[in-house]
This record gives sequence, structure tokens and C-alpha cells, in this order.
Amino acid sequence: MSIWLPFAVTDKMTALQPEREKLPFVLAAAQRGRMIIQHANPVASGKGICAGMAAADARAILPDLEVLPYAEGFTEQLLRELALWCLRFTPVAAIDLPDGLLLDISGCAHLWGGEATYREDILAQLTWLGYRVRAAVADTIGAAWAMARFGAEPGIVPPGNPMDALLPLPPEALRLDTLLRDKMRKLGLRHIGSFIHMPRTVLRRRFGQALLHRIDQAQGQAIELPEPVQAPATFCERLPCPEPIRTANAIAFALKTLLERLCRQLLREGQGLRSAELKAYRIDGNVQQIAIGTNRPVRNPMHLFKLLEQKIACIAPGLGIELFLLEAPVVAPLSVQQETLWAAWGSNGENTALAHLLDRVAGRVGAGAIRRYLPAEHYWPGRSIKLAASLAETPATDWRCDRPRPIYLLPEPERIEVSVPLPDYPPLLFIHKGQRYKITKADGPERIEQEWWLEQGLVRDYYVVEDEEGARYWLFRSGRYEADEPEWFLHGFFA
Amino acid sequence: MNQCATNREQIQALQQEILSMQGFHATAETAQIDTGLGPIQQAFPNHTFPTGAIHEFLSLGPGQAAATAGFIAGLLGALMQKGPCLWISPCPIIFPVALKTFGLTPDQVIFTTVSRTKDMLWTVEEALKCEALAAVVGEVRDLGFTPSRRLQLAVEQSRVTGFIHRPGCVQPGSTACVSRWQVRPLPGLSEDGLPGVGFPQWQVTLSKVRNGKPGAWQVGWTDTGFKVAAMSLQSREPMFTQAAG
Repeated sequence: MSIWLPFAVTDKMTALQPEREKLPFVLAAAQRGRMIIQHANPVASGKGICAGMAAADARAILPDLEVLPYAEGFTEQLLRELALWCLRFTPVAAIDLPDGLLLDISGCAHLWGGEATYREDILAQLTWLGYRVRAAVADTIGAAWAMARFGAEPGIVPPGNPMDALLPLPPEALRLDTLLRDKMRKLGLRHIGSFIHMPRTVLRRRFGQALLHRIDQAQGQAIELPEPVQAPATFCERLPCPEPIRTANAIAFALKTLLERLCRQLLREGQGLRSAELKAYRIDGNVQQIAIGTNRPVRNPMHLFKLLEQKIACIAPGLGIELFLLEAPVVAPLSVQQETLWAAWGSNGENTALAHLLDRVAGRVGAGAIRRYLPAEHYWPGRSIKLAASLAETPATDWRCDRPRPIYLLPEPERIEVSVPLPDYPPLLFIHKGQRYKITKADGPERIEQEWWLEQGLVRDYYVVEDEEGARYWLFRSGRYEADEPEWFLHGFFA
Repeated sequence: MNQCATNREQIQALQQEILSMQGFHATAETAQIDTGLGPIQQAFPNHTFPTGAIHEFLSLGPGQAAATAGFIAGLLGALMQKGPCLWISPCPIIFPVALKTFGLTPDQVIFTTVSRTKDMLWTVEEALKCEALAAVVGEVRDLGFTPSRRLQLAVEQSRVTGFIHRPGCVQPGSTACVSRWQVRPLPGLSEDGLPGVGFPQWQVTLSKVRNGKPGAWQVGWTDTGFKVAAMSLQSREPMFTQAAG
């Protein structure tokens, strides 16, 4: 479905200041030292003022014209807002610069009782918001675009070859650039029907590949995908409210209903939820949003409800909420078997208690603060562990303990001064942060090479050393003894 | 001789009575957990390592802190048979691979980084209330009496064992913890005079223990677990005993 908003920007201005409705005004921005009109309202357009004119020329035509400043990117911002607003009708809405919206309405229209009523509802709501709007539904984006802008009576293009409906339309309806359009007009090709039946080779030679591509797009032979303003969530439940909702109890009830439905959907797909977003669409067009994250895949409605319940207070219902949308943007596989695997540490109830605890901690100090590590098959100390993606993830390989590793590993190795009797010998003493440590015993070296396929750098020769008091350190020499004196670092403390 | 034995029995019976009045019960559950500390367990009431209690560890400097972390890891190895553990510290410095050496499964340890002391105490307390955990390790430098009392009350409900490590704490003050430990590194245990660093060895001082006898021991960590050389304050002569690991 393509929606054409020819006066979106000026309609928005008029909606904000209704007294402007009957007055001609334009929005102009400075370009090369002149004020060029970007948008003209319908009254001004009626007097022959259009975008692209200089504001001074327009004033000459219409002395009482009001020229307002135009902020760069305002059109796109406005269309994006409208596209987000349209998410109440379909999960896939895209902006279509410079003056339209695209909605993928597959599988949505039947909720409104058919495409005709669906389209009328959208048009009525947009008109109520104050926009002049035309919309057309067709099988392809190209055909819908053409019908919305050039169709005598834009409506619903019947399924089949959409090109049949486009035949009486001018060539511009195929989204051609100005050059091509002028060329066509010069040749007398005033309707799509007058050239569409020409052989493709002729069209390509005369007008280039661009025209053929546009024809293919309109006919549905070339794939064209709108870029949605918001990636649609696979797991999503919606609850329209017959009456606008304003109380916390009602929100909680809606939330419970949605969670139960979503968890049923997750169970069917064998998935668990890792994050959830509840969006509340208010009748004044505002969208209120709360989000939670969990530490492991969950599909227990009660637990999720407890997490979301804490945040219900953040929703400002305003005049009332007409639609709730619960989405699960991040999900992870959660089979019944895995639930039991995780429960090996205790009963499932205790396990839930742990997940609840971690969710609470994450809510207070941030989800990034909680980490669990798994072994990774690397020798380089920093890479020998990796973060576990979830609580249920089990190690794929065994933990290695054949080489000594310090219990405290500094995040960054720290420079030390050493005195070494001979190359490839452990140091006799080292100075760290101004303090001198005399080494009595040492083990090593253990050479750890950089993994060249991951990172280039010097090799490290690690030594385990013990000072006079018995404290043990992990030192390394960075690089071999070559032209330069290699540097030494302290990398950890042994227990 | 006979008279002596009956006297001792009587004294033991009386001690048991006093302990049970003070809330120390030698339950079957606590008896099951063998920390492998051998002679050190004699210092505790009922001769068992108190689980479901808060233990406090003091350390100065990174060397002592690492030794303390190692000793705690050794204790956790025995405790974590029954569940996972939460290790809460202000910065992510623990290297999980090394924990394997101390007999615990590093992927069963959940690390939490909390920088503010207030959040840290909240997190430790919440974690101690969670019965699914076997133990909680918290690195809190400043622990006043009231917060420590809160932590102790939390574990009395949930029976989770808490280890509070206080690195760089100069004035420990008084706390409600059942014990106060200090672990200092000692020159390593090398077998038969072999060169090299050998097994780690610590001087473990139990400076305070509620209803028990404080003492000091030389404790090594070998492949088989703790190896305690009794060097308690009463008898200075080292007496090697191999503990079950």
C-alpha cells in the first residue's frame, strides 16, 4: 500500500496553527545565497507557486505570501514519525521520500474486514490528523505508488497483472527521472500504454536499463523491498482496546493477556524470550514504551509479568491507550530438555529463583555487569575465555588446567623494570609501581604465540615467579632478544 | 585415667548444650560438607566448618588478596557441589581458568561487577537471600557492623554461605561475621627440593571465631586439595597431616 501525502509538511504546520489554513505560506531554505521554496501549502500552490521557485519570485506573484524557515531533514523526520504511527496498522512500514509512506499490508487487512475498509480506516485517521492524503493498494510497490499519485480514483488494484491498471497513466507514474520523462514527452509517449508493448530491446536502446527496471518493478518481476522504519519482531502480540485504557490495573490486565498469548506462541516455536518490549499507543498518537531483559530464555508469563510490572508506573496513559503491542525482539531456543539440563543443580524452582535474582541485579546495576565464562580454545590468556550467552549455555570443551594460570589477571599488563642475568632467564628482581620485589624462585618460560590469524604482535614468554615473602606473580617478556631490549610486564597474581 | 575420660565427656556434653543454646546445631547437612581443612575444622564449634554463615577475610596488597581469593576458591570447591556461586567484585579481575585448579567448575561461577559500595552491599544481601546459590563471595572493603548484621540475618534464613573479602582494609572494626581470617602467602611447597615455584602455600590465621578457638596454620594447596600443617598458636611444632581433598 502506498500513501501519498503531497502536502505533509505544510499540513503539519497547519495542524499546529489552524489559523494558517486559508493563508498562503511556503517553507523556504537558503540555497546558494537564495531562499528556495521547499514546500508550498495548497493555497499557495493554487496560485502557481511550487517547490523549487525562489522565494522572491513567489512574493512577486503573491505579495501577502508568508515565507517560513525550513529546517533541513524535517520532511524525513515527519515521515518517519508518521511511519512509526502507521505501525498500528501493519508491522512493516517504510518511508518513501520525498512525500509518501509504504506499508506492507500482507495478512493485515483481514483484521479490518477487508482491504477496502482497511484503506478507508487509514485514510480517515490520517485525514483526521489533518493530512491531505491519497492511498492505493496494489500487488507491487511500483503499481501502488503510481496509482496513489496518478490514478484517477486510487483504490485497490485487483490482483493479477498490475500493469493493466497503469496503462492510461503518464510515464512519470513509473518513477522515472526528469531527463527520461522529458525525452518521453518529446517523443509523444504520453501514456504508459503507448510504449509498454514495444520490444524490450528497443526500449533499452532508446531509454536505458533504468526504464526496464522500473517496468519490471511495477509488474512484480523485479524484487523491491521497502526498508522498514523498524524491523518487525517475529514474536509480537497486539491487543487493541475497545475503550481507551487509563488505569494501572487495566494495563496490568492487558499485559497479562498479552504475555499469556506470547508465551503460547513461544512454546509452539520452542523459543524463550530474552528481552521484551511493551508499547502502548495512546489515542493522541504518542507511544509509551517499557522494556525488560532476562538472563536466560524465559517463557513463564508470571515471571515476565513480575519484571514488567515494576515498570508499569513508567507508562503515562495520558488521555487513554487504544492499543498494546508486546514484542520479543530477542529470543533464544528454549526446549523442554534444556530446561531440565539447567535444573541439574537443583529443582526447577531454585533455578528460577537464581534467574529472578540475576534479573533483579541486572535491573539495578545493568545487564552488562553479570558475566559467566566458558572456555575458548585459545592459548592467548585474554582469549582463553569467552562470555556465555545465557545461563543455560554449557561449555563445549573442557577447562584446561595443565598450565599455571593466575587467579588475578590484570585487564591490561603493567610495565615493570627488571634485572635479568642472562637472556631467556627469569629476572632476579622487578620493580612494579616503585616497589622492588626480589625473586627467589621461578618457573618458565612458557611461550605463548600471538594467533596470527587473529592479531599480529610480539610473542610472550611467561614466567611464574615467587618473591621473598612467597607471593607469586605472572610476568612476561614481550618479544625476543633481538636488536632492542625487550619489555617486561606484570600480568597477574597467583594465589 | 578413667576419671579423666569421664570428665572430658562431661565437658563435651556441656559444651554441646551451650552451643545448641546459642543456635549452633550439628545438622546432618553441615556434617556432609567436607571442606578438607582437616585440623582447622577443630577450631570451629562442633568441629565443622560453619556453612550458612558469613566469613570475613582481610588482606593487604595484591599478593595477599590473590592468596585470599585462592583460599576462598579452595573452600568453594567443596561448597559448590550443591549449586552455583555468585562472585561479586568491584572490577573483573578474577581469571576463571585458574579457578579450575582449585577444584571448582568455572562456568558455574557467575561474576558480577558492581562498583558502588551501596549497590555492592545490596547485591550481596540479595544474593545471600537466594537459596539456589551455594555460596556468595563479595569484595567489600568497608563493611560496618550494621551491614554485616544484615548479611548475617540474610544467611540465617537461606543457609547460603557468604565470604566477604575485604582487600586493603586497615581498620576492620567489629562485624557480625562468625569468623575473621587472614591469608598470607608463604614460600611454595616444592617436593623433594625440586627447583621451581611448587604448590602454593599460605599462612592462614583465624583471628576471630565465634564459639571456637582462634589459631594459625600453614596451609598448602596441592593436587589433592588442602594440605594443612598444624601450626596453631598453642603448639608451634608443625605436624603434617594429609587432608582428604
